[in-house]
Amino acid sequence: MSLHLSYRAAPGNPWFSWQYVRDNSDTILAALREHTWLTARAVLIAALVALPLAVAAYWFRSLAGPILALTGVLYTVPSLALFAFLAPYLGIGAITVLTVVALYALLVIVRNALAGLNQVPPEVREAAEGMGYGRWGRLFRIELPLALPGILTGVRLATVSTVALVTVGVVVGRGGLGQLIFAGFQNNFYKAQIMTGTVLCVLLALVLDLILAGVGRVLTPWLRGRNS
Amino acid sequence: MNPVQQAVVWLNDPLNWTNPGGILDRLGEHLSMSALAVLLGCLVAWPIGLWLGHTGRGGGLVLLVSNVTLAIPTLALLTILPLTFLGFGRPAVVVALAVFAVPPLLANAYTGVRQADPEARDAARGMGLSGGQVLRRVELPLAVPYLAAGFRTAAVQVVATAALASFVNGGGLGQIIRAGFGLDIAAGGGQIIAGGVLVAGLSLLVEGALALVERAVTPRPLRRARRVANRRAADATAGV
Repeated sequence: MSLHLSYRAAPGNPWFSWQYVRDNSDTILAALREHTWLTARAVLIAALVALPLAVAAYWFRSLAGPILALTGVLYTVPSLALFAFLAPYLGIGAITVLTVVALYALLVIVRNALAGLNQVPPEVREAAEGMGYGRWGRLFRIELPLALPGILTGVRLATVSTVALVTVGVVVGRGGLGQLIFAGFQNNFYKAQIMTGTVLCVLLALVLDLILAGVGRVLTPWLRGRNS
Repeated sequence: MNPVQQAVVWLNDPLNWTNPGGILDRLGEHLSMSALAVLLGCLVAWPIGLWLGHTGRGGGLVLLVSNVTLAIPTLALLTILPLTFLGFGRPAVVVALAVFAVPPLLANAYTGVRQADPEARDAARGMGLSGGQVLRRVELPLAVPYLAAGFRTAAVQVVATAALASFVNGGGLGQIIRAGFGLDIAAGGGQIIAGGVLVAGLSLLVEGALALVERAVTPRPLRRARRVANRRAADATAGV
């Protein structure tokens, strides 16, 4: 009893506390759900825009230089600056976060997808041409399947970095788990809350990465048994 | 007035530059903490990377470091480190930034030594050089293009990430953006965009300046290798 009382009297500031997790499970789950949802939508949108861009750069060599240069410059621009440019126009909310993180994911996927497409051996392309494949048939039957490992690497990298990047969204009040981390910092530096947000963030990145790795294995059965 | 016009007006007010906590103050903070972070990152990552490359072990470790740091949010490190023994203030911010400088520095130091011509290494060993001498006289000079490329990537990344130090009141140009968000978006829009222009401009400037430095420190015969190193550096940032 006395032990219980003294615990109540001096709760301290532990790095982790089940008490906190139990008492705030609603808030934590809501933050986790928002984080996952933002990441999933951003990566999906980015992939849908990035693949046609990569194919365009692959088909028209003159486009490859400008596209890569533009993505390079954009990648150098800090995320906070991108938030600063977009927030006055898109307002304070999820749409701003979504746009910023999707842009960064886009860059990563375009670069990796283009690298994957460029790795298709010229003999294979010539053989496909000789077999009578047209431009589109060759793309969907030969080149995209062969570029799939590169594309998947890009999507996985984009997903992991997007999970980390969403936390910067606290600047417009929609940072998912970042909201938890930042609130913990502001509420008397409550370590348990900061740590819970961080651990969930890293776990989310890990889980999504494993899921995508699994999807990749299913999609590329011919690579199985060779190397991971 | 639209936000862009507001930003031009804000940037044209001399007091916004010279006031305490104005642009010049923030720029100084930004550059000093970035420089310290990159220095710390080099001191940690280069010796380890060169040594791992020299012994040929630890490739998995290099990859692991870059993958793990990719998943850790900057915000988390910036908020956690001040609560450890580092305490609040400059050291915690510098260490947090240095953590993100390590992966490109480490990966490039490692690849730089690994890619050294094995025949050159064998010849050096045949001439009677010891392991440490091979590293110092043969592998290190040949790795310079890679070290420079890694340095550039890391420095640009740190300068970009330093903007986030403003979340924990760590100073730097990000503080201007945060202050703008602190106002109403209609009133602060100009300041927000102005801050964004300054932060982005600084990053691009550092990138350009270091590209020139990289070119200058690379001996002419190695310039071709430098281009490969650049590509590798891009891969390293992407975490490949």
